Amino acid sequence: MLTRRTFFAIATLAAAVGFGSASHADALADITARGTLRVAVPQDFPPFGSVGTDMAPMGYDIDVANLIAEKLGVKTELVPVTSANRIPYLQTNKVDLVISSLGKNPDREKVIDFSAAYAPFFNGVFAPGDLSVAKVEDLSGKTVGVTRGAVEDLELSKIAPADTTIKRYEDNNGTISAFLSGQVESVATGNVVAAAILAKNPPKRPELKFLIKNSPCYIGLSKEQPALLEKVNGIIAAAKADGTLNAIAQKWLGTDLPKDL
Amino acid sequence: MSYHFEFGWLLQYYPQIVKGILITIELIAIGGVLGISLGTFCAWVRALGPAWLKPVIAAYVELIRNTPFLIQLFFIFFGLPSLGLQLNELTAANLAMIVNLGAYSCEIIRAGIQATPKGQFEAGASLAMTPFETFRHVVLVPSLQRMWPALSSQVVIVMLGSSVVSQIAAEDLTFAANFIQSRTFRAFEAYIVSTAIYLALAILLRQVLSVVGGLIFQRRLTR
Repeated sequence: MLTRRTFFAIATLAAAVGFGSASHADALADITARGTLRVAVPQDFPPFGSVGTDMAPMGYDIDVANLIAEKLGVKTELVPVTSANRIPYLQTNKVDLVISSLGKNPDREKVIDFSAAYAPFFNGVFAPGDLSVAKVEDLSGKTVGVTRGAVEDLELSKIAPADTTIKRYEDNNGTISAFLSGQVESVATGNVVAAAILAKNPPKRPELKFLIKNSPCYIGLSKEQPALLEKVNGIIAAAKADGTLNAIAQKWLGTDLPKDL
Repeated sequence: MSYHFEFGWLLQYYPQIVKGILITIELIAIGGVLGISLGTFCAWVRALGPAWLKPVIAAYVELIRNTPFLIQLFFIFFGLPSLGLQLNELTAANLAMIVNLGAYSCEIIRAGIQATPKGQFEAGASLAMTPFETFRHVVLVPSLQRMWPALSSQVVIVMLGSSVVSQIAAEDLTFAANFIQSRTFRAFEAYIVSTAIYLALAILLRQVLSVVGGLIFQRRLTR
């Protein structure tokens, strides 16, 4: 009885797996045949993806999507997703790629594959160029502004020297205002927030002093698609080499790509 | 209601809460004393002071009484640095409270002064008091005594209003509650505790003001 049930379970599983992989046998071939690349992009997460005044999506992720489609010689079909449904869209074959500021973690790696990193996403301590801080110990005796309860607040509270003054503001705007008005010498925040400050071209320019947590963005694609994965990785590598990706980073984040990306 | 209360964290965050209470008390102690002093001066100007100063004080009182406290605080903390005046968050919070209470208490004390019967000024003059002596002994003290309950209420309102100084990262009692809330995600407990502490502080402050008022005015009567 037990063996029969086990056998039945295995057979069902095998059928399901077989059927599943058969349904998108070779995604790259499908894309080429279809002539369009379906990409899940964010629409509410500037500067990675947002809707412009002309109602067209724009952002870092959209530029990368267009770049990949162009190199594949197909048209881009942008599919707006939220951060909650971007992986289900890929699993149910509604999109070919997820370019939606997606971070890599073991849980996600169980269900989808990841390309090489295509965008920097990190938080760290930022300050104007003349403040000499290179590592967390250098914050000794200095003032850092953070947004209360943010990841940076939790991490920095653990690692900062005891005589660092951490000023906790209610939201990112408070933190940014405190930095720009000189109430704090430095801020601990995400590179996206720093980019938003840089975009305003302020007199005090937040430059990265050291990283707190690094979690770059990867392109997500279905499992078992070696041809597509290789192609996408090739395009990213070429774009990094010829400066195309750096131009996108300059356009949306206001800084060069980190060397180790 | 099936909310499971959990107050175990109180012990762990005890230093933050105590620090928050002390800062709130410090803010209202400095803000209260200096604010009422400023208000008294402004009330004197508006009721009896030199004509050229009256419009200046009137403008200040109207400006402060017709704008939100939070905006005044942001202006001092985030705005003034652009003019080269950099104040830390506690100084900025204190200054905002002094300026705010100054304007409100000015109007309260002025009402007291203007309710003084004319005969009282004349009585002072007939005792060969200088105008300043008349103002101090015959007009101001009875005015303050008359308006003391209203002034006390205003001080309590400013103390409760000081909860917004956490917006500029001053670590008062509200900051402590928000901090605990963002670390433990136990919003209900954090705010129940801070509500109870604010209530206790407000009742205590009223008692203190009532005792202080009793001392000031009693001594005057028996002298």
